[in-house]
Amino acid sequence: MSKYTEDDLKIELENKEYEYGFYTDIESDTFPVGLNEDIVRAISKKKEEPEWMTNWRVEAFRAWEQMIEPEWANVHYEKPKFQDISYYSAPLKKAKYESLDEVDPELLETFKKLGISLDEQKVLAGVAVDIVMDSVSVATTFKKTLAEKGIIFCSISEAIKEHPELVQKYIGSVVPQKDNFYAALNSAVFSDGSFCYIPKGVRCPMELSTYFRINQAGTGQFERTLVIADEGSYVSYLEGCTAPSRDENQLHAAVVELIALDDAEIKYSTVQNWFPGNKEGKGGVFNFVTKRGLCEKNAKISWTQVETGSAVTWKYPSCVLKGDNSVGEFYSIAVTNNFQQADTGTKMIHLGKNTKSTIISKGISAGKSQNSYRGLVQISSRADNARNFSQCDSLLMGNNCGAHTFPYIESKNPSAKIEHEATTSKIGEDQVFYCNQRGIPTEKAIALIVNGFSKEVLNKLPMEFAVEAQKLLEISLEGSVG
Amino acid sequence: MLSIKNLHAGIEDKDILKGINLEVKAGEVHAIMGPNGSGKSTLSAVIAGNENYEVTEGTVELDGEDLSDLAPEERAHKGVFLSFQYPVEIPGVSVTNFMKTAINESRKAKGQEEMPANEMLKLIREKSELLEIDRKFLSRSLNEGFSGGEKKRNEIFQMAMLEPKLAILDETDSGLDIDALRIVANGVNKLKSENNAIIVITHYQRLLDYIVPDFVHVLYNGKIVKSGGKELAYELEEKGYDWIKAEN
Repeated sequence: MSKYTEDDLKIELENKEYEYGFYTDIESDTFPVGLNEDIVRAISKKKEEPEWMTNWRVEAFRAWEQMIEPEWANVHYEKPKFQDISYYSAPLKKAKYESLDEVDPELLETFKKLGISLDEQKVLAGVAVDIVMDSVSVATTFKKTLAEKGIIFCSISEAIKEHPELVQKYIGSVVPQKDNFYAALNSAVFSDGSFCYIPKGVRCPMELSTYFRINQAGTGQFERTLVIADEGSYVSYLEGCTAPSRDENQLHAAVVELIALDDAEIKYSTVQNWFPGNKEGKGGVFNFVTKRGLCEKNAKISWTQVETGSAVTWKYPSCVLKGDNSVGEFYSIAVTNNFQQADTGTKMIHLGKNTKSTIISKGISAGKSQNSYRGLVQISSRADNARNFSQCDSLLMGNNCGAHTFPYIESKNPSAKIEHEATTSKIGEDQVFYCNQRGIPTEKAIALIVNGFSKEVLNKLPMEFAVEAQKLLEISLEGSVG
Repeated sequence: MLSIKNLHAGIEDKDILKGINLEVKAGEVHAIMGPNGSGKSTLSAVIAGNENYEVTEGTVELDGEDLSDLAPEERAHKGVFLSFQYPVEIPGVSVTNFMKTAINESRKAKGQEEMPANEMLKLIREKSELLEIDRKFLSRSLNEGFSGGEKKRNEIFQMAMLEPKLAILDETDSGLDIDALRIVANGVNKLKSENNAIIVITHYQRLLDYIVPDFVHVLYNGKIVKSGGKELAYELEEKGYDWIKAEN
């Protein structure tokens, strides 16, 4: 190899196709485009839902019709045309599979490309996987083991049928239908998602994991996830995403609700790698997600996220610390490259006494991207001795990207202790040269530096996810120093 | 081993090196001395391949191979090592992880398998003992919060790990107290062999009491103006650099 300069690297990076940019040709049952009350009812009917669910959706739809798309985030994009989207798409062959042999071989091939062969996962990782392929669950594993402990882990559609009392009680209890524009839209048209219930005092013996994929051209994906950890229980939930490349923007508006009852703990980890658009900023997924958890007494919720994908991200996994002594944590790595825009952060709402929250946010910007941290720490008047620690670090690569921090702090209780630290740094040529001199090529050097920068958050991820996340960081940032 | 001929180099149109000639053979220790701004650090940076410096004339060859088209990491793979005057910090990357990456990248470049973990551990143990380094130190982030002495000792630890053919020690003595100086120099001496060569860049004769050079060169205004044996270092110490300046 002759003189391999940063320019060469940049060319290589530009020519690099999105690693997971393939498209599976599976017959789909897709609704006509457009959204009205009839479509909402049709979705509900198609899914054979009970009347209360249909009504709940219609209520949400009516609210959504009155709402305006929010514009306060530090992102700029062409708004989706909501009447041009098809709101339901399910793989046609949706019989319940008893074994993998019965699953559409093409679908299995897709999983293989993603490196998540079910067989391997089953045997090696001990992870139960509920795979969502275009909105409908098509394969569920490890159900038995979980069932023995009384743990329910299934698609939300199934839960609506099999466990209506739980769904009806908790759905919308943390993120109400009218919470925001996208949550309302999701509530009206959500196609599927995951449901998880951990009974009292049960420690879930394995990491629960779901892979999401957007697959059908022009179908927005509206996932709905509901995790309930009953008193004294524990669950660690993993969510990972990859999406095939598409030319038109795809909308992804998920809602995730977590409920941690007294003394319960929920760990929710996400690796998000939706298609970020090409190097000109064309295409890519819009990721407008509402994630929120409610902590009752002594409960704890930890959000950990690694966000490398999507053209536009708008996401604030939050904790409502309602119960006394409850704990909320948010660990985040957000990477933006090329023309990606991310406005992400968290809200920690302290309502109970002695509540504690920790926020560690690492933003990495490269190319012409914009990366914003937006966080709210709110201490209510009743929340005596509440404590928060926030740390927001930004790492810049090159001179054309941006890092922004919007921390909001509202304290109505004088006993609150709130700390906020923020740093901004740039990958230095001297750091890269130092690595080079030790025999480490530039690409690897950047990966090393970025991994070091992100370490505090990577350490919070479950082992197998941390490895995947590190790889993602490398792929997302190769050759972007300049 | 190292052959530098008529080397001219500079940064942003400013000439710094103005015709350096230097021959270093295997088994030799060369000291390069000179006042501030004479081009000592530039010389080491150019040998290591720092792209901020432009070579305008002349050649640098290692074992008969012209280095000019090689990237810094490729030079490293060929056995060039630079102990930095100001080692940079890399937060969150432990010394161990950094060394593991460096060693395996070199091996990869040579078409070798990664070093097995047990071998790596053995090597780390052996080399940390050589430099009297507490192994807890190796879990710390690279150079972050290290004292001046710790940074320099860590540089020589890396040298020991990588076993270079040609090691350039750029002011390794600065920031070291006398005990640390002795440990570092001891380490360097143990690493010295018939097959490698060392270039020591320093202001002071002090380090040369410990790492005894075969040759001493005085760099002034981008040129080697005087060469001699180790006695030249004493002469310099005695007369000061003004002596050199006056002559040139």
